[in-house]
Amino acid sequence: MSDPRPAVIEKRLRDVRRVIAVSSGKGGVGKSMIAAALALSLRDEGHTVGLLDLDFTSPATHVILGVEGLYPEEEHGIVPPTAHGLNYMSITYYSVDEPTPLRGEDVSNAIIELLAITRWGELDYLIVDMPPGIGDATLDTLRLMPRIEFMVATTPSRVAFQSVRRLLVLLKDLGVPIIGVVENMVMKPNAYVREEVSKLGLEYLGSVEYDEGVEEAIGDPDALRRTRFYEELEKVSRGL
Amino acid sequence: MHEWALAEGVITTSTRFAEENNITKVTEVVVVVGELQQVEHEVLEFAFENLKTPLFENAKFTLESQPAKFKCRNCGHEWSFTSEGMTEEVSEAIHFVPEMAHVYIKCSKCGSPDFEVTEGRGVWLATIKGVRDDE
Repeated sequence: MSDPRPAVIEKRLRDVRRVIAVSSGKGGVGKSMIAAALALSLRDEGHTVGLLDLDFTSPATHVILGVEGLYPEEEHGIVPPTAHGLNYMSITYYSVDEPTPLRGEDVSNAIIELLAITRWGELDYLIVDMPPGIGDATLDTLRLMPRIEFMVATTPSRVAFQSVRRLLVLLKDLGVPIIGVVENMVMKPNAYVREEVSKLGLEYLGSVEYDEGVEEAIGDPDALRRTRFYEELEKVSRGL
Repeated sequence: MHEWALAEGVITTSTRFAEENNITKVTEVVVVVGELQQVEHEVLEFAFENLKTPLFENAKFTLESQPAKFKCRNCGHEWSFTSEGMTEEVSEAIHFVPEMAHVYIKCSKCGSPDFEVTEGRGVWLATIKGVRDDE
């Protein structure tokens, strides 16, 4: 007759003040780096923050944050463990480092399951690292978390932005709140993305320079905090 | 007690259904429990008893087990789930998120992870019986 899980998702998110999806039309633009840095930065500002990695086929935030040896506690559902001050939830607690070959229907089911059983408690922000594109995961997230707002990441590449543009148009058409667009991995000043974002009537949140130091900081949040990338992301998070 | 979260879903969904259909007393809730998720029936029943509101005061919660069946998308082979030989870690991963079956289980004929769970994935609300306001 019916799936009993979606009905409790609203309850699970009841005490979360804002749910922010960090998304992108295309992979490889640094979306997970931005999601992880944004979550850390908001935590550094004194907020209570959760981070949910919904990129099931290519999860990355656990690598960026150097999360190892943690496992959710089972208590009337599951309670995300704390990693670097963040309530952190990822499918990798269960898949470890194995490939996760999921079709659309399976992705939907896994998203519903995680959202239905995860008890976030009181949070100022829940940051969601989304899979790239406008496929099942994005559509499910919109359906299941109606309060969700989007922060969209792109690079200066016209190829990347054309995919990002499609995501932005879809979100606009659906009336989903869009916080704005972050331009990542900028190597030389270029007004292209800023102008295109403006044409869509959206906010350009900032430009983050390409920072070679980021790769070396992977797995070490303290080292990440010392990068120029992080400093620029802090400006974006303060704007929230 | 992850079953508790699933029981909450059953109670919330049943309550909504009852409200939408003017049901003032629920007499029976039938829940199909797919074997893949390896849900403990006793724990689920205990959760129902603790979560039920006056609407469910005299309701019977019936749990029906459903064997989990798979069909390979690659070679068409069909087979049934068994937890035999599975480590505790794998069993627990599938318990929390049944889609983890695609990580740890392969087609027993061709070895593909691309299979469909045709039956018995998890907890499903099958039937609600009750008394309507106008009856």
